Amino acid sequence: MATLTHHESATAEYLELSPKTRRTFISIIVAGVVLLAIGLIMAAFYGGGHEAAGAAHGAGAAHAAGPEAGAGAAHHEGSPAWLKRLIVSLWHNNVFFVGVSAIGTFFVALQYVAYAGWSVVIKRINEAMSVWLLPGLVIFLAVFFLGRHDLFHWTHDGIMDPKAANYDAIIAGKSGFLNTPFYLIRMVVYLGIWWFFSERLRKISLAEDLNGGTEYFHKSINVAALFLVLYAVTSSMSAWDWVMSVDVHWFSTMFGWYVFASWWVSGIALTTLTAIYLKQAGYLKYVNSNHLHDLGKFMFGFSIFWTYVWFSQFMLIWYANLPEEAVYYNQRLGGFNGAYTWMFFFNLVINFVFPFLLMMTRDAKRQMIMLKIVSIAILIGHWSDFYLMLMPATMKGENGFVIEIGVALIFLGSYLLLFTKRLAQASLVPVNHPFLDESVHHTT
Amino acid sequence: MTKRFALGIFDDEDVLLHAIENVRAAGVKIYEVFTPFPIHGIDDALGIERSRLPIAAFFYGMCGLAFALWMQIYMLGFDWPMIIGGKPHIALPAFIPVSFELTVFFTCHGMVITFYTISKLYPRWRTPVLDVRSTDDKFVMAIEINESTDLNNLSKLLRENGASEVNEKEMTKN
Repeated sequence: MATLTHHESATAEYLELSPKTRRTFISIIVAGVVLLAIGLIMAAFYGGGHEAAGAAHGAGAAHAAGPEAGAGAAHHEGSPAWLKRLIVSLWHNNVFFVGVSAIGTFFVALQYVAYAGWSVVIKRINEAMSVWLLPGLVIFLAVFFLGRHDLFHWTHDGIMDPKAANYDAIIAGKSGFLNTPFYLIRMVVYLGIWWFFSERLRKISLAEDLNGGTEYFHKSINVAALFLVLYAVTSSMSAWDWVMSVDVHWFSTMFGWYVFASWWVSGIALTTLTAIYLKQAGYLKYVNSNHLHDLGKFMFGFSIFWTYVWFSQFMLIWYANLPEEAVYYNQRLGGFNGAYTWMFFFNLVINFVFPFLLMMTRDAKRQMIMLKIVSIAILIGHWSDFYLMLMPATMKGENGFVIEIGVALIFLGSYLLLFTKRLAQASLVPVNHPFLDESVHHTT
Repeated sequence: MTKRFALGIFDDEDVLLHAIENVRAAGVKIYEVFTPFPIHGIDDALGIERSRLPIAAFFYGMCGLAFALWMQIYMLGFDWPMIIGGKPHIALPAFIPVSFELTVFFTCHGMVITFYTISKLYPRWRTPVLDVRSTDDKFVMAIEINESTDLNNLSKLLRENGASEVNEKEMTKN
C-alpha cells in the first residue's frame, strides 16, 4: 500500500468490507422486512392492537377512549391504520437518519472552525456519516407526495379555505409558511445545502490526502464556517417543518434546538460506536482511549444538554399551563388512554439518567464496553424521542411498534451498507491533515 | 526542620519531561518539580496519582441537592405555603432550576475550598520557593538529599539529562 504522506508515522489504511459484514447488514434489512410484513398483516387484519379497531373503521362511532382519542378518531380520514403507520414510520425514521447524517458534516465543520486537533483520526467516520442526505431527500419527497395527508393536517384540502366545511382559521393564518410549494422548496434547499457542503468538505479532504499542504486546511475552515452559519438556520427550520408541523396548532420556540440536540447526541453516539467497532476490527490504529474519552465526554455533556433543552421546553409549558401549549404534554402524559405515558418517562431515563450515571467517571469514558452500551442506549433513546415527537400527533392512540421497528431495521441496514461503502472509499487516516500528528499524540 | 535539596535547573519542558522519566528510572525520588506554567503529561511522568477531588465533588453536589430540596420543600410546602400558578405547594418541576443551581454552587465552592486546603494555599501559608526563576522561565526539579547522598553522581545524572545547572539549597520549614 502506497504511503502518501510526509509524516513518517502516518500511513493510509483502508477499510475492507468482508462479505460477512455485508451479510450481517443485509440480514438486518431482511429481519426488518419480516417484522414489517408481520406488523402490516397484524394491523390490517386485527386492527393494529390496542383500541385501534374502533378508531380505524368507525370515524363517527363513539368509543370508550379518552377525550383526546375521541377527537383523534373524529379527525381520522384517508388511509387505513396499517398504511398510515407505514407512512408515519418512514417519515419518522427518515427524519432520524437524515438528521444523524447531517451531524456528520456538522461535526467535521465544527472541528475545523475550532482548530481542533484531537478529532482528526476519527474525521473520516463523520465524513462518511453524511451518506444518507440524498437518499433521505428522495424518501422525504416520495413519502410527502404519497402520504402528506396522513402526516400533516395542514395539507388537507380546504383547511385554509374560509368557505370550506373544515376551514381552520389558525392553520390558515400559517399558510404563508406552511404551503406545499414553499414547504417542498425549503426541504430541497435544506438537504441541498447539507449535501453540497458534505461533498465539498469531503472533496477538499480527499485532495489533501493526495497532495498535502496547508491550503486545503484553510479552505476547509472557510467552507466549514459558512456551513455552520447555514446549518444553524436550516437545522432549526427543518425541525419546524419536518417534526413540529405535524402538531400544526402547537408551537414551541425551543423546538429547533430540541430536535438539534437529539440529532447531535445521536450523531456523536454513532461516531463513537463506529470508532469502537472499527477499532475492534483492527482498524484505526491511532485511535486510543484518549480519543474515546473525548467522545465519551461529548456524549455525557450533550445528553445533559438535550435534557436541559427538554426541561426548558417542558417547564415553561407546565408552569404557564396554557391550553394551546399544554396539549402537547397532555397527549404524551396520559392522553390516548396512556398510550405514550411509559415512553415519556422511558425517554428521560434512557436519554438522561442512564448516560448521566454511566458516563460520570473518567474510567467509564475510557472503556469501550461502557461507551458501547451508552451509545447504543442513546441511539435507541433518541429514536424513541422522535417517535414520541411524531406519533401522538399523527397516529393518535393507534400507534404500535412492530411496523415501526421493522422500518427502523430496514433503514438501519441500508444506512450501514451505504455508510460502510463510503467509509471504505477513502483512507481511514487523513494522512496529510496538518493536525494529524497532534491527534496521534493526543492525551487527556 | 531543615531539609536540603539538589535543584536541577532546566531550560526546556521537553528536556525536563524526558529528564523526569530518566531520573525516576535511575531510582532517584523526585521531591517536586516547579514550572512557570502547567505542562501536559507531567503528572504521568512524575507518577502522581489521580486526584480524588471528583469523588469529593460528587458528595458536595449531593449535599447541595439535598439542601436545595429541603429548603424549597420546607419553605414553600410547610413554613409559608403559597399558591403559585395553581400548582401544588410542593411542585417538583418548579424546584429543578434552584436545585440544579445549588448543586453546582455547593460543588464548585466545595471543590475550590478543598483544593486550596490540600494544596496548602490558605491565607498566611508561606509558599516554599526553592528558586525564584521557576516563576519566570526556568524549570526546577527538586530532589531531597541527606548525608548519604552521592552528590557527584546525582549532579552528573541531572546534567546528562539536560540540566543547565545543578544547585544546592537548604530550606527551613516551620
